[in-house]
Amino acid sequence: MPRPFHLEGAEQLSVTPSESVRRGAERELEMLESLLALGGLVLLRDSVEWEGRSLLKALIKKSAACGEQVHILGCEVSEEEFREGFDSHVNSRLVYHDLFRDPLNWSKTGEALPEGPLGALRAMCRRTNPGPVTIALDSLSWLLLHLPCTTLCQTLHALSHQDSCPGNSTPVEPVHVLGLLHEELHGPGPVGALSSLAQAEVTLSGAMGQASAHILYRRPRQRPTHQTQWFSILPDFSLDLQRGPPLELQRHPDPHTPPVDPTTQLTFNLHLSKEEKEAKDSLTLPFQFSSEKQQALLRPGPSQATSRIFYEPDAYDDLDQEDPDDDLDV
Amino acid sequence: MLAPAEGGLLDLLESSQRPCVLLKVPRKQGKLTLLCDAKTDGSFLVHHFLSFYLKANCKVCFVALIQSFSHYNIVGQKLGVSLTTARERGQLVFLEGLKSSVDVFFRSQEEPHPLQFLREANTGNLQPLFEFVREALKPGDNAEAAWRCPVLLVDDLSVLLSLGVGAVAVLDFIHYCRATVCCELKGNIVTLVHDSGDAEDEENDVLLNGLSHQSHLILRAEGLATGFCRDVHGQLRILWRRPSQLTAQRDRSLTYQYKIQDKSVSFFAKGMSPAVL
Repeated sequence: MPRPFHLEGAEQLSVTPSESVRRGAERELEMLESLLALGGLVLLRDSVEWEGRSLLKALIKKSAACGEQVHILGCEVSEEEFREGFDSHVNSRLVYHDLFRDPLNWSKTGEALPEGPLGALRAMCRRTNPGPVTIALDSLSWLLLHLPCTTLCQTLHALSHQDSCPGNSTPVEPVHVLGLLHEELHGPGPVGALSSLAQAEVTLSGAMGQASAHILYRRPRQRPTHQTQWFSILPDFSLDLQRGPPLELQRHPDPHTPPVDPTTQLTFNLHLSKEEKEAKDSLTLPFQFSSEKQQALLRPGPSQATSRIFYEPDAYDDLDQEDPDDDLDV
Repeated sequence: MLAPAEGGLLDLLESSQRPCVLLKVPRKQGKLTLLCDAKTDGSFLVHHFLSFYLKANCKVCFVALIQSFSHYNIVGQKLGVSLTTARERGQLVFLEGLKSSVDVFFRSQEEPHPLQFLREANTGNLQPLFEFVREALKPGDNAEAAWRCPVLLVDDLSVLLSLGVGAVAVLDFIHYCRATVCCELKGNIVTLVHDSGDAEDEENDVLLNGLSHQSHLILRAEGLATGFCRDVHGQLRILWRRPSQLTAQRDRSLTYQYKIQDKSVSFFAKGMSPAVL
């Protein structure tokens, strides 16, 4: 039963240092734990500039620390390179299925996995031990380039829903599937299809050398929720959460440079003297409807006498007293 | 890190104090360097790496699909290496694409040729080319033990797309080369890809992005946004990826401007060209 998580946005919090450390540790647990809490697919979308393999390894380390066995379908890096950086405890819980050395069976030595990538993926669907298991796919992009999208999606669905097998009498722990996807390599169709299969989607980006993860949670029977988390990954693949974007992005004034006053060297006067200010404040605007004006209009007083027109005819004016409209039959 | 006022490419990459600086051959091996160019000609980088690795006494396999052997030889002589000599003593294995592509059609079909894909109606894979590379770089008997780590140089991969090979096939070829040359033989790979930019070449974009994800170091030569300049020929962006030691400080990308001279290339920080100062 997943416990409710307290999701925070990227707002600035003012906390004491010790409290911030505690909250930081809590948030670290929350971010990795919340990603691993639900069974199903966690999609890590990375790019050339912001790579996602280190976050994948951080999640794997977390799973292994929780006692799970981790199966890795490695297509892009060698086993040696993948295991680098993990301590022996984590490494002992990793099972690396090597699709890197000879994925397409070019060497014909028989060392390659016999049924190719699809066979290897399907083999992972058939689990023997009922314990909790995490499956990491490094990477989904490689699989998507070599397998049809529909086949891959169907296999992924089967992989992440192993606990709902009809013929299974014993209740099985949910499977965590972590998939690394390189966003730029695929069109919106395949990416959208994989994204719809995912319970959580992490899009990696960043600014000023600081990585950030935009996480979209799709919990069943709940609205999708967003969270943005700035982080960095330490050499031992533990997560170091940052509170916000790096300082250069924040609009804090630099205390070392004095603020420049632009009104100091002008050829015109921008300032008002005291008398000018008073005169300005007491001025009533001509079209402003104040209460005095309202009263004056409502009360026709003697000052409201009829206006008078003073007319002095010119020499060649023709003054005719008759009404020119008299002959109109209106 | 202060950029040198003027310096060669080697000084540039070394003075950055990165743990994964590539070009110091004995220190870091097993790396894939991607050269790409956008709106300019990045082949000067290919010539640099070719002469650098030959001078460093490495065994080099050069898949040259763009220019003839004599072209690279002439430029190499300006940079201080003789390709003819290197080829004769077995240090350099040179696949001249322009010449040997004609051989494909005049050979019998049973003999595999590295450029076999030119004969095939539907584009197959680049396995024959990979076999050629593996054969060229495999550690031989004691006579070849004098050479240092093996190096694969490809100029360039975009032309393979023009010849009808699919982007995934080219990516698979580099994948296998990485598995053999980088991981097994602890050598290096340097390859050039053109960036089509606005031309909306989807296959090329897949190839470029796919290779970028596999690379440890990306050197990107770009033309200046303002157009052609006599004194500054372009700008070079250096991006380090997949650092073997993750450092907290993520200062992984640098940009320099360069000017190509007759026998060298000089680099300087942006806006600091001696011609404009």
